Amino acid sequence: MDYSLKVMDHFSNPRNMGSIENSDGVGEVGNAKCGDIMKIYLKVENNRIADVKFQTFGCGAAIASSSMATEMIKGKTLEEAWKLSNKAVAEALDGLPPIKMHCSMLAEEAIHEAINDYLKKRGLETWDE
Amino acid sequence: MLLLIHNCEGVSVTTEKKTIYMDNSATTPVRKEVVEEMLPYMTENFGNPSSIYEIGKISKHAIDKARKKVADALGSEENEIYFTSGGTESDNWAIKGIAFANRSKGKHIITSSIEHHAVLHTCAWLEGQGFEVTYLPVDKYGIVSPEEVKKAIRDDTILISIMLANNEIGTIQPVEEIGKIAKESRIYFHTDAVQAIGHVPIDVNKMNIDLLSLSGHKFEGPKGCGALYIQKGTKIDTFLHGGAQERKRRAGTENVPAIVGLGKAIELATAEIEESNKTLLELRGRLVKGLLKIPKAHLNGHPTKRLANNVNITFEYIEGESLLLLLNAKGIFASTGSACNSFSLEPSHVLTACGVPHEIVHGSLRLSLGRMNSEQDVDRVLEAVPEIVQKLRNMSPLTPKEYRTS
Ligand SMILES: Cc1ncc(COP(=O)(O)O)c(C=O)c1O
Ligand code: FES
Repeated sequence: MDYSLKVMDHFSNPRNMGSIENSDGVGEVGNAKCGDIMKIYLKVENNRIADVKFQTFGCGAAIASSSMATEMIKGKTLEEAWKLSNKAVAEALDGLPPIKMHCSMLAEEAIHEAINDYLKKRGLETWDE
Repeated sequence: MLLLIHNCEGVSVTTEKKTIYMDNSATTPVRKEVVEEMLPYMTENFGNPSSIYEIGKISKHAIDKARKKVADALGSEENEIYFTSGGTESDNWAIKGIAFANRSKGKHIITSSIEHHAVLHTCAWLEGQGFEVTYLPVDKYGIVSPEEVKKAIRDDTILISIMLANNEIGTIQPVEEIGKIAKESRIYFHTDAVQAIGHVPIDVNKMNIDLLSLSGHKFEGPKGCGALYIQKGTKIDTFLHGGAQERKRRAGTENVPAIVGLGKAIELATAEIEESNKTLLELRGRLVKGLLKIPKAHLNGHPTKRLANNVNITFEYIEGESLLLLLNAKGIFASTGSACNSFSLEPSHVLTACGVPHEIVHGSLRLSLGRMNSEQDVDRVLEAVPEIVQKLRNMSPLTPKEYRTS
């Protein structure tokens, strides 16, 4: 697979890999295309993402996207994090092969799930796509 | 040797270690002896075999010689061997050729669910042309039961196509028995022996084979050259129409250098089967034993009825493409049945047919050994794989606590 140097960097040295005990929100999504799974853990303080970790069962692009996406939302408000698109993640990685674009969807969706999980736990209304 | 790892930016990373190629089921390097025989047929002996002058005759004789070598390797007559562009063409020709030539007799074909796509997609296309195909299931080892073949036979069955050895899990099929059943029922029997040449001794008559496909690049011959054995008297359509080459059954100016190379390669591979299998079996045993020490690792395919060079193991909780990328970074080249590593994003149809669940198919690793692999190579793989599997397991949301180290 022809991956960019950035993808290979984030794949080989993933940032924010792991889990958070007592996290404020967890999102887990599966990929309808190839059956992969990604899990995002959030720590939220003052409506901002104080910490974020991921676990991914998937290809190089999925792992790199998880790493990049978590980097991009760290320190951001929930609203800002919600707006992160898979395209933005792919661009930050200097592009993904077309067949691998769906892998970056996993990150976007897992972040949405995790934010909604946080909102639910707080008794707040969840957000829509 | 320095290892260059390329990416789409053309940047390369180097490591000091020798690279280890363990993907010999995908393809093999061409042997030196083979290249040497081929070279003169690209330069001085470039004549068209159909021409009557001297260098044309030289080419023609070279093809005849290669044909004899292929025939000897299969136990057939020379005039039963037809050169093609490879395994895919041989499979297409055998199946479509028999189907259309025998349409008046029937429209039913029997094959298995673990065939190569060259067979499966050909059969699927024939279904669109009005033929009916039975895809036989396999047991958990990937073996087709001769009993099931017998049961699937109908009055209108015209062809049975079952591969000799599988390319992913190396399982060797009871081809002789299946051939006997086909013969008793007067049905043509084709076998895809692309992976078997040089590993399994073949005698087309003893094994009751009517048609057999093979491909040069799987046994240290050149790519883009193969052969189809067609037993004398078989009713089969021509596949490529045009000139009178290959006794008017396969048109097109012959790829003389490649045919010469294929002949030399099959001669060497067949002569060395016993010796090479002995070495490969030892390496395979060492590899399997070492890899199965990793917890939640399972061997795919049959423990003994398999190609001496094939190891296929799944590691639970991880995905194969990431495994291959990390192996590549260590200079180790292998393959996987993971959906993420296929252009169709479908998991291996072979492992799926063996009943391996999708998420476990993801973590499959195929290591196919070759003549250049040594015990040191095996040991380096055994050093690299556990570390990589652990790294990926630590990253995976599926891994239970007891299999994590961080
Ligand atoms: C079992 C089997 N059949 C057919 C083929 C196709 O052969 P070729 O690459 O020569 O077209 C292959 C090789 O990938 C194979 O392993
Ligand atoms: S996660 Fe399966 S292709 Fe990327």
